[in-house]
Amino acid sequence: MAAIPVGALEQSADWEVPEQQIGLWQDAWHRFRRNRLAIVGATVVLLLVVIAITAPLLVHFKLIPDPYTQQVENIEVGPVTAGHLLGTDELGRDTFSRLLYGSRVSLAVGILVQFIILPIGLGIGLAAGYFGGRIDNILMRFTDIWYAFPDLLFVLVVVSVFQQYTFGNVIAQMVMIFGAIALVNWVGLARLVRGQVLSIKEKEFIEAARSSGSPPMKLILKHLLPNSLGPIIVTLTFGIPQAIFLEAVLSFIGFGIQPPTPTWGQMVNSGYESIYANPSSVVFPAIAIGFTLLAFSFIGDGLRDALDPRMRR
Amino acid sequence: MAVISGRPARGALLPSRLVSLGNSRTGSLVVFIIRRILWLIPILFFVITITFVLMHLAPGSPWDKNGGRQLSQTVVNNLNARYGLNKPVYQQYGLYLWNVAHFDFGLSYQYQGKTVSALLLEGWKYTATLGTLAFLLIVPVGVSLGVLAALRQNTRIDYITMGFSTFAASFPNFVVGMLMVVAFSVLLYKWTQGSFFLPSADFALDDHLVLPVITLALFPIAYTARLTRASTLETIRQDYIRTAWAKGLPERLVVIKHVLKNSLIPVVTTLGPLFAFLVTGSVIVEQIFNIPGIGRAFVTAVASYDYPMILGTSILFAIVIAIANLVVDVLYVFIDPRVRLT
Repeated sequence: MAAIPVGALEQSADWEVPEQQIGLWQDAWHRFRRNRLAIVGATVVLLLVVIAITAPLLVHFKLIPDPYTQQVENIEVGPVTAGHLLGTDELGRDTFSRLLYGSRVSLAVGILVQFIILPIGLGIGLAAGYFGGRIDNILMRFTDIWYAFPDLLFVLVVVSVFQQYTFGNVIAQMVMIFGAIALVNWVGLARLVRGQVLSIKEKEFIEAARSSGSPPMKLILKHLLPNSLGPIIVTLTFGIPQAIFLEAVLSFIGFGIQPPTPTWGQMVNSGYESIYANPSSVVFPAIAIGFTLLAFSFIGDGLRDALDPRMRR
Repeated sequence: MAVISGRPARGALLPSRLVSLGNSRTGSLVVFIIRRILWLIPILFFVITITFVLMHLAPGSPWDKNGGRQLSQTVVNNLNARYGLNKPVYQQYGLYLWNVAHFDFGLSYQYQGKTVSALLLEGWKYTATLGTLAFLLIVPVGVSLGVLAALRQNTRIDYITMGFSTFAASFPNFVVGMLMVVAFSVLLYKWTQGSFFLPSADFALDDHLVLPVITLALFPIAYTARLTRASTLETIRQDYIRTAWAKGLPERLVVIKHVLKNSLIPVVTTLGPLFAFLVTGSVIVEQIFNIPGIGRAFVTAVASYDYPMILGTSILFAIVIAIANLVVDVLYVFIDPRVRLT
């Protein structure tokens, strides 16, 4: 190593030094912003959130009809008739305002389920990855078995069992359905966290932290967790459309949140019975579900590209 | 599997894995398969236990009527005695496990005198037909779309294929199914004359299958196409592909003999989860299209507390998925010699 080429040192001095240091999150945000589809998705979701929050206000100020009021004289009218923008359903309730109200359930399912999944998946994944050995083995076999159970079947059984306990109580129904969906969806996160921990654990900076006497809790909270945060966020984002989908399917089959609370899956289901007379009662909620899921997966794609360090320039 | 044998054995010029292929790999493959088959037992045990416990937590009894006159206490007692529901729960559980070990899944509660096995066999015809047709559609269409998009990267073909896949991968299948019913059976009724599907008609194994199969296959096709595209893109950047081109091989040969052989390996891994998806999907699709298959039988069983039917269906689905995963894992070993058996 004696003969260093003459140009080498000079060249290294020429390396571009960025004027301003860009942090991980700032950098991610830059890249997310450049992704047009992700921005479209984020806009749609933002709009949905605003709609979900303001829907009762809109009803209060009589901008949209009440979603529970039945107008027997206007049963199953088509779009843009008798003051109903998207027509009415089989009980003469306004489809448009039911659609707006339906976003509340879908968004709540999508987002709140992730808050249940997070501690379960994180706990099991961290424990399995950090402690390794027998604990890892037991936890992962448990995860494997859980994974073998078809998710929709499990959710159906759980919901059918607890349905009678929650009869007529919307909040209890929601908690039950959120819980059931979360119970089948934590596996992916647990596996991801374990994999992340396993790979980060071997890195030099962890060794450095350990040799300088960091206690295990500090090691997990200050080093392992922040470094696997990106993939965790991406997984949770992709979990949102999955949860919305499962709830919509449950409602569609008739095991979701019970009527009269409007949900999109339920609207598709009840509209399906009168599909010849009034196809629009199926089309609008179906499209609402489809585009909501599309928007969330655009955001997920954008976040993945933005947060994946391997895609860095 | 012994990838590195340490000392250069016979035929030192051969890569070490070829040397070890002869004896130890075949042996460990057999052990691997046996271990995976034994692994079925705890999975089934878990499925049965969870479902059993959950169902006995349910407050209702299978003899409750939805409205109308309830059965008299004497009749309920007789029914309980007939189906063994008067015994303590742990005895019922033990008895059920014992029977399942002898392939006896019990009597259905909702259809008098019919065994669960007979009901499952009846529905299996529809579900299996649907699943097989979907599978036969998914693999060729998904793979060719993906390869096409990758070989023509950043052209219009690529954009159209990937645009379609993005949509199809995000739109839930029951929404797609609904919209197709609206389009083909309601709005285009004049032209189709209900030949595809009428929500009010009975289901038969003829052209009624078109819409259900498409509904079931759309998401996996999109998923497979995206995956194939990504892995093909990775493969065509490899040196050996450049060599193949440089040798002057025609495109057909390069793609089939060199690219596909390697780029399809990750696609094979998704075939196991694909079966799980087809199972879940069949529940939804059968519900939309009134198909009297197992998925629909499961939903009706859940709605009417038909415990033996619910358990039987869950076991059947779990077995199908587990065997599919096993087959895929074994296939994988044959396709990719680098795989380690664990």
